[in-house]
Amino acid sequence: MKIKDIQEEIIDEFAFFDDWMQRYEHMISLGKSLPLIDQANKKEEYLIKGCQSKVWVYPEFKDGKVLFTADSDAIITKGIVALLLRVFSNQTPEDILKADTDFIDEIGLKEHLSPTRANGLVSMIKQLKMYALAYQSQLN
Amino acid sequence: MNTDSKSIAFDVEKIRKDFPILSRKVNGYPLVYLDNAATSQKPQVVIDALVDYYSNYNANIHRGVHSLSQEATDAYEQAREKIRSHFNIKKSREVIFTSGTTHAINIVASGFRSILQKGDELIVSALEHHSNIVPWQMLCEETGAVLKVLPMNDEGELELVEYINLLSNKTKLVFVNHISNALGTINPIEEIIEKAHKVGAAVLIDGAQACAHIKPDLQALNADFYTCSAHKMCGPTGVGILYGKEAWLVKLPPYQGGGEMIKEVTFEKTTYAELPHKFEAGTPNIADGIAFGAAIDYLNGIGFDAIANHENQLLAYATEKLLEIEGLKIYGTSAQKTSVISFNIEGIHPYDIGTIVDKLGIAVRTGHHCAQPIMDFYKIPGTVRASFAFYNTFHEIDVLVEAIKKAKQMLT
Ligand SMILES: Cc1ncc(COP(=O)(O)O)c(C=O)c1O
Repeated sequence: MKIKDIQEEIIDEFAFFDDWMQRYEHMISLGKSLPLIDQANKKEEYLIKGCQSKVWVYPEFKDGKVLFTADSDAIITKGIVALLLRVFSNQTPEDILKADTDFIDEIGLKEHLSPTRANGLVSMIKQLKMYALAYQSQLN
Repeated sequence: MNTDSKSIAFDVEKIRKDFPILSRKVNGYPLVYLDNAATSQKPQVVIDALVDYYSNYNANIHRGVHSLSQEATDAYEQAREKIRSHFNIKKSREVIFTSGTTHAINIVASGFRSILQKGDELIVSALEHHSNIVPWQMLCEETGAVLKVLPMNDEGELELVEYINLLSNKTKLVFVNHISNALGTINPIEEIIEKAHKVGAAVLIDGAQACAHIKPDLQALNADFYTCSAHKMCGPTGVGILYGKEAWLVKLPPYQGGGEMIKEVTFEKTTYAELPHKFEAGTPNIADGIAFGAAIDYLNGIGFDAIANHENQLLAYATEKLLEIEGLKIYGTSAQKTSVISFNIEGIHPYDIGTIVDKLGIAVRTGHHCAQPIMDFYKIPGTVRASFAFYNTFHEIDVLVEAIKKAKQMLT
């Protein structure tokens, strides 16, 4: 699926909930479906700074697409990462780089995050795009 | 400690009306503010003192001949006098206005640059806030002095036996907090001070947490330096004090150069002003200094015995109720502690709990509480910390406990 379509799907999904509690419950269950990073890759170099909780993201490049696996020690953070990976994993570097992140505002996620978590979210997106950029420059 | 017990009945509902913020809602729920160790809320009288200053007698102080400047100077110096009297400090020249505890500690650390020599030893406790660690590490890097750590036990208490082993005639300075912000432990500072003085070392006590709960008598305590931040004791942000024994304050070089702190300036040589102005370069935080005085009056109006009594009851009640939750572990279990409860629930990240309870209108702190060494000691990433003030209620604790149960159910 194209990034834009996945984002639309997520927006529809969140529109369905009418209070934050249900949204959080949904995020928590998304966290459980996160494609988990291999234990061996949980290294300092794959740790993303800027979160109160720890987040590891491991990138791979296969058949022209970037695949991410990840983990976090906090479950809500895991849900946020799962949401991001659903959008950005298994896409081409080019698509990842040109994708916008308006869907995050549209589902009202940021308003519901504490400032530290919102910072964490920004650093996560930055990190995913950095990996995409690295793979793209390998291609060129 | 001073005991100026007031026998007026403690009416928490009446007290709550003094704090406008306590009637607001957060995320659709009545605010339950349990992050008092980070900063306290402000009563109307403190807010009024700020507004009154800016509305009626705003002027620069210690400089002008005009009436307004005189009024402002008087009010500011009156605040210093209130602080002096509150802490039973001998002389008002020993009360240095600072921007808070961090600033106060930095003044002392910077002053010791010219006093310490390579190989001198400093002792820091394992329970310190980063504010009372980092300035000293910087000082050690510069001077070649060595930092020794006074360890803690599982209850979050300092190991005094180890302390005695660490002390020697090489020890020049010991710095310990009066009360730990992360765990709430009340440290045996009387003994720590006495033992340090026996080997000729000076002692700095970080009173940032303590001053909201107890009223220290600084002459009786006999610490060489004591610090506090107004914002944790119902006062405004951006102001606090450094208390120092006069002999030490005379000995330490000034921290910053500028206006206010000079006697005479020529391009050849500048002589410094007398205490306390030597350490108060530039236009001070006049409004907040005055409002700090108002906060001290307010707290004394309630009385520190009444405050401690109510807070201890809250602590006992909350400890009992929280421990009923399965898998909940409290960090900091000393018999000597104030109304701070740091905890985790097995298998759940503190951050997740903080996020869920916030949605229910409850403010708690999560994380390492600027005391990473303590978290490393317990091998945890952080805790959830609920810290109670005299304006908190038993009902609010019930709300907290229910919210935590709900969070636990959602997160497991
Ligand atoms: C024990 C302790 N020391 C120092 C500080 C720093 O105080 P401030 O940030 O007001 O300078 C705090 C505040 O959290 C504290 O709790």
